[in-house]
Amino acid sequence: MAFQYVLDQFVSLFVGGLVFGSVYALIALGYTMVYGVLQLINFAHSEVFMFGTFATVWALWLVGADATTAGVALVASLAVAMLIAMITSGGVALLLERVAYRPLLNRGAPRLIALISAIGASFVLSELMGLRGALASALGVDDVLGRYVARSRENLGLPTDRTFTVQFEVLGYGVTNKDIIIVLAALLMMIAADQFIRRTRLGRGIRAVAQDPESASLMGVNSTRVIQLTFLIGGLLAGAAATLYMLQVGLTRYNAGFLLGVKAFTAAVLGGIGNLRGALVGGLVLGVAESLGSGLFGSEWRHVVAFVLLVVILLFRPTGLLGESLGKARA
Amino acid sequence: MSRSTTLWRTAALLAASGIALAACGTTGGGDDPTGNGDGGGGNDAGGDCSAVFAYVGPLTGPAANLGINIVNGSTLALEQFLEANPDCEVTLERFDTQGDPAQATSLVGEIVGNDDIIGVVGPTFSGETAATGEVFAQAGLVTVSPSATNPALTTNGWDTFHRIIGNDDTQAPAVATYLENIGAEGVFVIDDASEYGAGLGGGVVDALGDLVVGTETIQVGDTDFGPAVTAVNASGADAVYFAGYYAEAGALVSQLRSGGYDGLFMSGDGALDPGFVEAAGAAADGAVLTCPCAPADEEFTAAYQESAGQEPGTYSTEGFDALNILLQGLLEGNTDRASMLEWVNGYDAEGITKHIKFDESGEVAEVVVYAYPVADGAIQLGEPIE
Amino acid sequence: MSQTTSAPPRRSRRDLLGGLRRRLSGMPRWAQFLLMVAIALLCYVLPLLEPPIISTPGTDFGGVLFTVSVYVLVAVGLNIVVGYAGLLDLGYVGFYAIGAYTVGVLTAQHATWPWLLSLPVALVVTMVSGVLLGWPTLRVRGDYLAIVTLGFGEIVRLTLINSEWLGAARGIRPIPSPPSLPLFEVPHLDWSTGVPLVDFSDTTTFIEFGVTDPIPFYWLALTLIILVLLADKRIKDSRVGRAWEATREDEDAAELMGVPTFRFKLLAFAIGAFVGGIAGSLFATRQTFINPESFTLLISILFLSAVVVGGQGNRWGAVIGAVVVAYLPERFRGFEQWRVLVFGLALMLLAIYRPQGLLPPRRTVRAQRMEAETEALEVGEEPEDAVIAAGGPTPDDAAPTDEGSSRG
Repeated sequence: MAFQYVLDQFVSLFVGGLVFGSVYALIALGYTMVYGVLQLINFAHSEVFMFGTFATVWALWLVGADATTAGVALVASLAVAMLIAMITSGGVALLLERVAYRPLLNRGAPRLIALISAIGASFVLSELMGLRGALASALGVDDVLGRYVARSRENLGLPTDRTFTVQFEVLGYGVTNKDIIIVLAALLMMIAADQFIRRTRLGRGIRAVAQDPESASLMGVNSTRVIQLTFLIGGLLAGAAATLYMLQVGLTRYNAGFLLGVKAFTAAVLGGIGNLRGALVGGLVLGVAESLGSGLFGSEWRHVVAFVLLVVILLFRPTGLLGESLGKARA
Repeated sequence: MSRSTTLWRTAALLAASGIALAACGTTGGGDDPTGNGDGGGGNDAGGDCSAVFAYVGPLTGPAANLGINIVNGSTLALEQFLEANPDCEVTLERFDTQGDPAQATSLVGEIVGNDDIIGVVGPTFSGETAATGEVFAQAGLVTVSPSATNPALTTNGWDTFHRIIGNDDTQAPAVATYLENIGAEGVFVIDDASEYGAGLGGGVVDALGDLVVGTETIQVGDTDFGPAVTAVNASGADAVYFAGYYAEAGALVSQLRSGGYDGLFMSGDGALDPGFVEAAGAAADGAVLTCPCAPADEEFTAAYQESAGQEPGTYSTEGFDALNILLQGLLEGNTDRASMLEWVNGYDAEGITKHIKFDESGEVAEVVVYAYPVADGAIQLGEPIE
Repeated sequence: MSQTTSAPPRRSRRDLLGGLRRRLSGMPRWAQFLLMVAIALLCYVLPLLEPPIISTPGTDFGGVLFTVSVYVLVAVGLNIVVGYAGLLDLGYVGFYAIGAYTVGVLTAQHATWPWLLSLPVALVVTMVSGVLLGWPTLRVRGDYLAIVTLGFGEIVRLTLINSEWLGAARGIRPIPSPPSLPLFEVPHLDWSTGVPLVDFSDTTTFIEFGVTDPIPFYWLALTLIILVLLADKRIKDSRVGRAWEATREDEDAAELMGVPTFRFKLLAFAIGAFVGGIAGSLFATRQTFINPESFTLLISILFLSAVVVGGQGNRWGAVIGAVVVAYLPERFRGFEQWRVLVFGLALMLLAIYRPQGLLPPRRTVRAQRMEAETEALEVGEEPEDAVIAAGGPTPDDAAPTDEGSSRG
């Protein structure tokens, strides 16, 4: 019965999973890179992403895009929005590194305390977004900022038209331009990040620090720079993910990052944390598994499916699908 | 060992202060052996129409919005009352539960321990009501909830519990009537697994019978509803009913539309909030929201806007009515808990939402369910479903 | 046992808690014992005293104390897993939930057992669930364990929401109270006039468990905390505690030295789950109503914060951390909407300025001191300056190394 349904709707569920999985993958990259370099779970990365979703909406407001914007104007404004979201998220990620991590790392704090700091930062960032209205009115600028700070605890919707055109059909399911854009954009970003780390000098620095921070610093690698760069790249990708997410989901909220962050981190672990390609594989596998699992057992079991899958995979492959390897397999 | 000396000195000091404290305690008790000198009765100065009421519900946290709607409505009622009765000293104390039953228990402990408080607006959600109803009942403190709609709440024998809104079982048949009236051929019912959503969704499924072509359950806090959209499209439904809150309703309708679904989208009182339309934008147009709550008329809207600085939302009118019942009771000279409880039990008058009169269990006797269409980016005035 | 051998410390002003600790350990044994008894007694009468600054305006002080005591229990239990055995558990709320729900199912949902009878069953069930979760997952290491346990916590919560049999989102009520033994009434103090007065109109019955008065529940919780702390001390100082420590510091080395690390990790998980189960059962009976909302991932994170804030590996640190995490937000209700923001900021500040926790285990303090010394020697500065700069005590305070391991 349920199996028959999943078979009938396979393409629809699969494509849906692939699309959302791409978003997971892009966010997972941020987790995996920070983990690869610092061996830290950057718990606040989800808020970096959340800031990106808001930046997307605000950017669209700024360029004056609304439900009637169409064609080239729509594509252009979305592109601008994505750029602004990437810059915002990148900035937040750098700020996070500066405020919540560097003071700790300089003091040689234990790893768990960095997690606590990140949890604290995560609360602070999401509350700042949720309290932006109250903050603005405390500063007396709420009238100036108007709708940017109004109803700050509430959902904020993408202002542009979200009806998408079907490009081609696969076994009865119409694949829309949105589906194609999200998957392609995510893939491109990830390939770019992968190549950056593999081929460039700066990327080599990241790999060096990931492998052996002490030797790397002896060889003249500026590890602070490398850590900043890692956060920046993670933030940029999270910003891109944010815009794609807004295309797919349509709205955001001050606490939208939490669940997504947990899932993206799951994806990173699933693929093998510290491994860029693992994040991609983990994200896509998780997205598809959730979608098919929802079809099979009902949407209410979606997250259960995801976590059970994680446990099962870790049992058979204790370091994730592709293993850990931003630098090496860690002891 | 100088440090030990310091420590002993500290300890001695502690002990001494302990004795002193005990001494004063005894003296205090001796002065007032009956113990009636403190605690209640602190506000006698204000005359017969002075009282403290409490609001219990979320004011912060993810569910804050509904609570703020209610408390703003109640505040408006209070302001109007004080304007008409300037001699009265009435305050509304706010107790923020964040919608969390665990926090609500301690807050309610404080409320029932404060003898000044003679009536309560709330609790807001069914969960916190279930957790605290027994305490209110034992303390004999009357509660009027503007929003706790779980049907089971009136089956516990709490004579202090009242709600001025129809429970979820009353809404479901009206939803079915509406869908049958417009000639829906296949309805897909989605709920959000919350206490409210599961109850309402289950009721709607029962009421619709054969018209239901499929059901799905999502989770509060979810954002991607791809699998649900797939299921709706696969079922060939021409109407979707979502039992849940506006945050998920907005995302769901938005994704249903972008997923190619073009039938009717309906939801319940949980989605009857400007936030639904704001977030979903054009996708919300054409949606119909049902609610056992009456629309705010223009006069109320204007007054509310002036008082609260925002549009009235879901349960604002109920919040107004709830405190109004208690305020009227106060005017009639009910200044303690027992008489206030009696007053509410016997209440029978017109409110701004409906004619308010409670049955034995605390259910409001008359329930009218309204259907609110969404058009031109706003929720329009509701029409009663008949 | 060399508490009298340590030299008089010169305290750095920045390290008040550490100073207090040294001062305590310098006291004779019997004095320590008496002090403990005094503190315990003070804790028992605290809700009756309702002291002005400590008491919580706007919410019931007894109720808050009960919540705090549940957090303390949880933190002490989680400290065994995270602090002693070094297993990062982000899903501890799962055990807490299982404890609460077992009680709920047996006393209200599907049977009408008395609470006392359901308690041992609940504890067995949580322990078994700890073993069942640990058996497959403890083979994965470090941060993988974190995400797996996080997943476990979520699976428990989602299962609760989605299964009718467990009451779904409606939850379970009414959960009965423990049996009462009403003996006499104890009056509270009233501070409203500025001086403490005995208020005979506001009394608590010793011992009557009812929905209107949380204080007997608090006493029960406090008693259980004391029992758990005593057991915790026995275990920590035994072979098991040393095995945990060895496993935490270097698993491979421990294994080579003949410590069956997997079994000890599993034991830590089971004991931790057991304590979590106690806390959950208490919460259920006091609340009389449970629903899945009380067992979210956020609560798990708060639990972990309690342990780390206090100083992982130190049971008193865990106690203090739990008090901070559970009490402060209730005390400062006035902030209302700013509460979470302030809590987040506090976590960040604490992480930066007190990275070892408020009350780190003695071992950590010592290790830190040694590290600072080594560092100073390497850099070639005067060791004393470097140590002072690190906020630690001066080297002449270095206690004999056998001291800490006997009382962690």
